[in-house]
Formats: sequence, structure tokens, C-alpha cells
Amino acid sequence: MLETDKLTEDLVRQVVREEIEKAFKKDKAARRAAIIASKGTLDWAYPPLIVATAAAAASMDAAIFFTFYGLNIIHKDFEKKLKVAPTGNPAMPMPVPMPDVLTGMPGMKAVATGMMKSMFRKKGVATIKELLDVALELEVRLIACQMTMDVFGYEESDFIDGVEFGGAAAFLSDARKSHVTLFI
Amino acid sequence: MPEIKEDKVLDARGLLCPMPVVKASKEIRSLEDGQILKILATDRGSIADFPAWAEDTGNELLEWHEEASGELVFFIQKVEED
Repeated sequence: MLETDKLTEDLVRQVVREEIEKAFKKDKAARRAAIIASKGTLDWAYPPLIVATAAAAASMDAAIFFTFYGLNIIHKDFEKKLKVAPTGNPAMPMPVPMPDVLTGMPGMKAVATGMMKSMFRKKGVATIKELLDVALELEVRLIACQMTMDVFGYEESDFIDGVEFGGAAAFLSDARKSHVTLFI
Repeated sequence: MPEIKEDKVLDARGLLCPMPVVKASKEIRSLEDGQILKILATDRGSIADFPAWAEDTGNELLEWHEEASGELVFFIQKVEED
């Protein structure tokens, strides 16, 4: 007689349930996040760094793949490169309503960037530098897209210490093992 | 309700997302299994973040409340992963 003949349906269900729970716990992908950071403005530098550091704080392995303008975030000159432009961004809060012809005037980018930085400081939001430091400390992998580096003429030495280099295949290899994948 | 006695206090007041959970993850590493971390926070996002973070890390959120001042207090017990 087969062993299974002795099992009642309830027992089978219980065993299956336990095995599924065990499989979920063993699922390494639930503990991994793979993020693409494609934007190079001050405001858009925040989301990938915040999500990745929060993931790392929750004991996840997180990797951010910086491509196109996203390379600004990990460039040694990120403080200067990350700006915010009020022109064409109706969502950006301004002290007084301004038409695009005015927000497009020389110097407005610097003004808007300064405003955003001081507002963030006043509210207690971490700086990009602080988030990068935390990311490296928590072993978030920062990967620069080699192809866009070549297009923009960047060298490996242009980036902050700790940055790795790779291509789409490297990101996909991470992403296929991660339940959390984001394009930002 | 009996008072919970903490082993360590993390003052995360004034910090915004993601720093409260980042700091908590560092602090809880210095604790031993069963020890309790008390966290003070002012970030309203913490109300959703600490329960989620505790669940993801396997630690236990024993209790949380809001003081009359609006400050948030969380008690998280370290649970060593097996």
C-alpha cells in the first residue's frame, strides 16, 4: 500500500500549507531590491536612495543601477550637478505663481535648487550626501551604467568611492532574483 | 497595561523618512535576542513604517503610542533570526 493512502485530506492540506510557508521563508527574492535610477535632478535623486536605504535597513540586499542622467547622483560633483528646474514643472511649489518665461530666466535654476535644499534642511530631510553615506554603510550596491558613462564621456574615477560598473545584463541578473524592481 | 522596560533608547525625533528606520536598524544590531529598543519619533510616516519594518526584519513591535505632545513612542523587541 502506498504511504499517501494513509493520509487524510486535512493532513495533506496541512503539509502543503507548511511547505508553502517554508518555501516563502526561503525565497531569497523577497529580500532583494533592484532599482534603476535614470533621472539626474535633485528632487529625483531622493526616491531611489530613500527606497534602497530603507530596504537595506530592513535587512534586504539592495542595488541601484544608475543610468543616463541618474549618473549625476553618484558623480563626485553630485552637489553641483543635482539641481532642480522650476520651468515646465507646474507641481513645484513657488513662493509666488510664475509663468514659464520668468522661471526660464538665467539664475532661476540656482534659486530653485537653493530653495529646495533650504526647505529640505528646515524640515529635517537627509541630504543626498547623507543618504549616499548611509547607502554605502549599509552595503547598498551602487552600479554605474557603463554604456551611458561612455556616451557622456565619464571615467570610473569621476564617481564616488564604492561605485561598481556594469551593463543591462548585470542589472537583469539582479532584477530576476529580486521581487522588488523599480524604474525611477 | 504593564510598563515596558527598554534596554536602549533611540531618539529619532526630528528625523524624516528613511532615517528613523535606518537608525533603528543600526541600534537593534547592538542588542541581544529578547532585548527591547524604545524609539522616540516625530515623523508621522513612522506610524506605518515601524510596523512594516518590524515585520520585514522579524523583530516584534510590542507596543506604540502617541504622547499628548504628538511624539511617537515605539517598543521593538529584538528577535534573532534562526
